[in-house]
Amino acid sequence: MGGSSPLWQLTLARFREQLRQPEVLFWVFAFPLLLAVALGLAFRNRPPEVIRVAVEAGRGADSVAAILNGAGGLHAAVSPPARAAEQLRKGSVTLVVVPGEPLVYRFDSTRSESRLARLATDDALQRALGRRDVRAVAEQKVMARGSRYIDFLIPGLLGLNLMGTGMWGMGYAVVEARKRKLMKRLLASPMRRSQYLLSFIVARLVMLGPEVVLLLGFGMLAFGVPMRGSVVSVAVLVLIGAMCFAGLGLLTASRARTTEMVSGLMNLIMMPMWILSGVFFSSANFPAAMQPLIKVLPLTALNDALRAVILDGASLAAVALPAAICVAWGAVSFAVALKIFRWL
Amino acid sequence: MPNATNTIAIHCRALIKRYKEVVAVAGLDLDVLAGECFGLLGPNGAGKTTTVEMLEGLVTPDAGEIELLGMRWNQDEHALRQRLGVALQETKLADRLTVAEVIRLFHSFYRLGRTVEEVLDVVELGEKRDAWVEKLSGGQRQRLAIACALVGDPDVLFLDEPTTGLDPQSRRQLWDVVATFKRGGGTVVLTTHYMEEAERLCDRVAVMDHGKVIALGTPRQLVASLGAEEVVEFTLKEGSAPPSEAVLAALPDVRAVRRDGTRYTLTVSEVHRAVPGLLAELQRGGVEMTALVTHHATLEDLFLSLTGRHLRDE
Repeated sequence: MGGSSPLWQLTLARFREQLRQPEVLFWVFAFPLLLAVALGLAFRNRPPEVIRVAVEAGRGADSVAAILNGAGGLHAAVSPPARAAEQLRKGSVTLVVVPGEPLVYRFDSTRSESRLARLATDDALQRALGRRDVRAVAEQKVMARGSRYIDFLIPGLLGLNLMGTGMWGMGYAVVEARKRKLMKRLLASPMRRSQYLLSFIVARLVMLGPEVVLLLGFGMLAFGVPMRGSVVSVAVLVLIGAMCFAGLGLLTASRARTTEMVSGLMNLIMMPMWILSGVFFSSANFPAAMQPLIKVLPLTALNDALRAVILDGASLAAVALPAAICVAWGAVSFAVALKIFRWL
Repeated sequence: MPNATNTIAIHCRALIKRYKEVVAVAGLDLDVLAGECFGLLGPNGAGKTTTVEMLEGLVTPDAGEIELLGMRWNQDEHALRQRLGVALQETKLADRLTVAEVIRLFHSFYRLGRTVEEVLDVVELGEKRDAWVEKLSGGQRQRLAIACALVGDPDVLFLDEPTTGLDPQSRRQLWDVVATFKRGGGTVVLTTHYMEEAERLCDRVAVMDHGKVIALGTPRQLVASLGAEEVVEFTLKEGSAPPSEAVLAALPDVRAVRRDGTRYTLTVSEVHRAVPGLLAELQRGGVEMTALVTHHATLEDLFLSLTGRHLRDE
């Protein structure tokens, strides 16, 4: 054991070759984070928008504007009539208040923002001028963590990353070793074949830790994505997912002689899942007829299970079906891959 | 030269290997003695690599039997691998592993073996121990490949075209490594299409062509089998009436004549006897030469006389 055991040396070699390639580190660690940041920013939940209104210059305009600006949620500016009309036309304000007797609200009644602006403006003015509410009301504001887009996205990205690193991590390196005759050279030595394959899996498992912690940790710290399920359940699912895709990666690489060939095969397998498996948007968007097919894809199963545990706090038992789908894919892939594997 | 009491390290009989329509090895018998350096010499496609890879247990023969160190591949594979060192043709062992890391990796597969430092020393890569493999020159890579073959302290070392594509200096460096291994009592099997390499390194050489051994012996015996030790090559001026081959063959001391366009190759026993006759004959016919070269007969000349082709058909 230890420093001179073949498994350790093989795993170490695998690691060193990976860590010494900046592009590998980028795809494994940086890319998912960048994706999360970009999509998180694009689809972030904005605070309720301020309603912008213009007050036509004239007698009493300043006091009207002052009342509106003091009301909260409203922003009023005094403008000459021509300027106010232009602002309304261009949509930079949704309502123009013309002071006078009677007070005139000028707005496009077909636009809901304008109707909302009319209600809010009128409410603010009438109250300030002494109108009393006849019925006491209270408000409860709800901010649902766990139902935002970023909450949906992070578990999906985790699944996607497990697929990518699992398939590339196993498949590409195997074919590369075959192509450059390293595999043949190793087989000419007393190395055990099982140890060779095992070293890939061990290397994969070790990489898994930082990979998952980084992405989930980033989601939780930067975006406040909740972690409602148990960490153990997430870890178990991550392991199942990683092994499932390691199996698929090995299967993809089991016969290929060139890296071009294996790259093509992997993209062929992964591309449909990028779209169908509910990474960036819910797979429920696809027609009902496609659903059974989509549900048995390994990435769909993994994403469903990860979301259920992370966002809804589901137990492992509750996600037994999707987890079993992943296990089945992994087991079948490994079995077939080992059977048809081209060693020489 | 190995003596008759030497034990047999490698023994194979009636080896046959086909790849679809192509017969790569067509019934091959070989005995390699312990402690000798045995060369397989032949042009590309002669079946050298297939033969060696069958001996290495990497290619399964369609027929025939192989015994190495008294063991067989189907029974003692793991024990056998512990005792063999292999350097394949053109292997890329790694890109971004260091020389020492690669050797350490291979070292881990062997129960016994030599230390990484020792092997680095033998192949003179000590200075490059922390360099990435992708930064090595061709010769250094080849020496690394041999270091990986030596790190298990093998009894038999297989080298498949170890110096192909290397510059003369790297080639000589590699020959030294092989010679050192042999001095330590090791058995070497190497393939090459450089006759110089076979003559320098090998105790015995099997000349291969089309999957068969067409000549076998020590380099001296093989060259002597030509019946002459010297070769005279000359080229005639374009357009001059060439002398007939029969006339040339009848000249004093000429053993064989070969003609390739305007280029002639005479096999002679002594240059100083053959050349005056040749010059006189050409002068009599009014034929002009553009080049005249003489050299000691080599395995290249043997191959040419056996097959009518050169070892390296480029």
